[in-house]
Amino acid sequence: MNSKTQNKVAIGSLYGIAGLVVLILLALLGYILVSGVPQLSWHFLTAPGKAFLKGGGVGIQLFNSFYLLILAMLISFPIALGAAIYLYEYAKDNWLTTTIRTAIEILSSLPSVVVGLFGFLFFVVKLHLGFSILSGAFALTFFNLPLLTRSIEDSLRTVSDVQREGGLALGLSRWETVTRVILPAAVPSILTGVILSAGRVFGEAAALIYTAGQSAPALNFTDWNPFNISSPLNPMRPAETLAVHIWKINSEGIMPDAKAISSGSSAVLVIAILLFNFAARYLGKRLYKRLTSA
Amino acid sequence: MKTTQQLEKQLKRRSKAAKLEIFGRVISLTALLLIVAVVVAIIGFVASKGIATFTSNHVNLWDFLSGKKWNPGITDANGKPEVGALPMIVGSFLITILSAIVATPFAIGTAVFMNEISPNRGAKILQPVTELLVGIPSVVYGFIGLSVVVPTTRALFGGSGFGILSGTCVLFVMILPTVTSMSADALRAVPRYYREASLALGATQWQTIYKVVLRAATPGLMTAVVFGMARAFGEALAVQMVIGNAALMPNSLVSPSSTLTSVLTTGIGNTVMGSLQNNALWSLALVLLLMSLVFNLIIRLIGRKGRLQ
Repeated sequence: MNSKTQNKVAIGSLYGIAGLVVLILLALLGYILVSGVPQLSWHFLTAPGKAFLKGGGVGIQLFNSFYLLILAMLISFPIALGAAIYLYEYAKDNWLTTTIRTAIEILSSLPSVVVGLFGFLFFVVKLHLGFSILSGAFALTFFNLPLLTRSIEDSLRTVSDVQREGGLALGLSRWETVTRVILPAAVPSILTGVILSAGRVFGEAAALIYTAGQSAPALNFTDWNPFNISSPLNPMRPAETLAVHIWKINSEGIMPDAKAISSGSSAVLVIAILLFNFAARYLGKRLYKRLTSA
Repeated sequence: MKTTQQLEKQLKRRSKAAKLEIFGRVISLTALLLIVAVVVAIIGFVASKGIATFTSNHVNLWDFLSGKKWNPGITDANGKPEVGALPMIVGSFLITILSAIVATPFAIGTAVFMNEISPNRGAKILQPVTELLVGIPSVVYGFIGLSVVVPTTRALFGGSGFGILSGTCVLFVMILPTVTSMSADALRAVPRYYREASLALGATQWQTIYKVVLRAATPGLMTAVVFGMARAFGEALAVQMVIGNAALMPNSLVSPSSTLTSVLTTGIGNTVMGSLQNNALWSLALVLLLMSLVFNLIIRLIGRKGRLQ
């Protein structure tokens, strides 16, 4: 076989491989949406679940997912922001910084089930928080921190050094340069990173099974006092999220329409993540146009 | 009239900006140290719990790693508890290696396609799709595995359909987008003039790809594959849903078996804290943790080698 035929065969098979992969991926997305979207209805999205009967919804789980997401982002964003600022703007390039970077990398490569087990051991058992939204939010924070830190650091890197020098030359301190000059310039890219990590947090289940728990007690959506046990805002109640719900009803559930509910829930998760993705792209571009003269 | 002392005090006092600077430095350093503390705490807690099986329950480390019977509640004929973790360790490795073997050619082929052959279509279709699929939650993969892959395996090979094969299929699809997009990044990092030089020498496109681009990108591609393996090894729920959860040595690819993660997810909630059953599970978690450190180390070594070239 001469090199020209070889070339044709090889390129042809690469076309085949790429086509096959596209087919697999599209079939996957198609399956989720085709089997799941028909299940979606206002009732499905808002009604509480039923353990033994058909026709339950995922209202509570959906609320829990968003509540946990917001809490986890509220805790993890300031920490990740601070850490990223120190790492990129202050830290000297020495062995200590390298060690810290390694530690963050290790945290990002830990299996989420290990993070969940640590959360169980530390928050649920040691600190007596029980299976609660708070324990779950902390576990999600640990899961989220390394990636968010890295993405914010990358955002800081996109701001050119000229801006830093400009700030310092005007007599601003380093901190003022960061807060007044660098951060505003980096906002669009930071926001994109935050939304994308929110998508990851939204779908996470392994870290939550033993921290936020696997039960969704009935909520009273008229009671917004966080100290009442049936209030949706109470951070000490156990809260099963949508992702945990899918796992739970498929491995231990006894409801007759488990498959329909899982299809519907999967579709909701995927659509939510699609929206997160589009929002990240759109808002990032829009804000960039707004905040810079570009 | 100010005395010199007052003047000295005024001059030596920190300005508002300097105070703010110190405040900012301390705040951001605290955040960073908090993350480091979390890492240390996770490793410390899991290690101290995982070691308890060997220190307070006096299980032999070798028996734990090589034993084939996992039944922590029962003691065998010699009065020793049956805590052989080999079935789970084998299950985890088998599923990881198999899914990486299947996924690697597909992922690298696709990355080459979207970078070298058809960058236009790559950027328009493949890249957004892979990026989106990286973000799909693992339970969704598990659910699809349960409703599509398991029945298909059952129809094709008989048995229950649960097992290593189904797990491999699910993990293959799960790590495919991750490995593809990381491979594409690695290929993108190969300088353009490498390709131009090779084509100018009269090499065909395939020769350029195979002999120049892929060679130059090898460290990056290896990192991508190891990263995918680390993800497969640590994946819990998607695997747990399709593997069958029987703590037996896998004797075929379609017999129910288990992995470290699947035993952990099903077991931790059903055992009492501090009991041998529970400690043995924490030892499995420790094995998982150590393996993820090993994967991390491998990625680092590959990266260093890549830089030296």
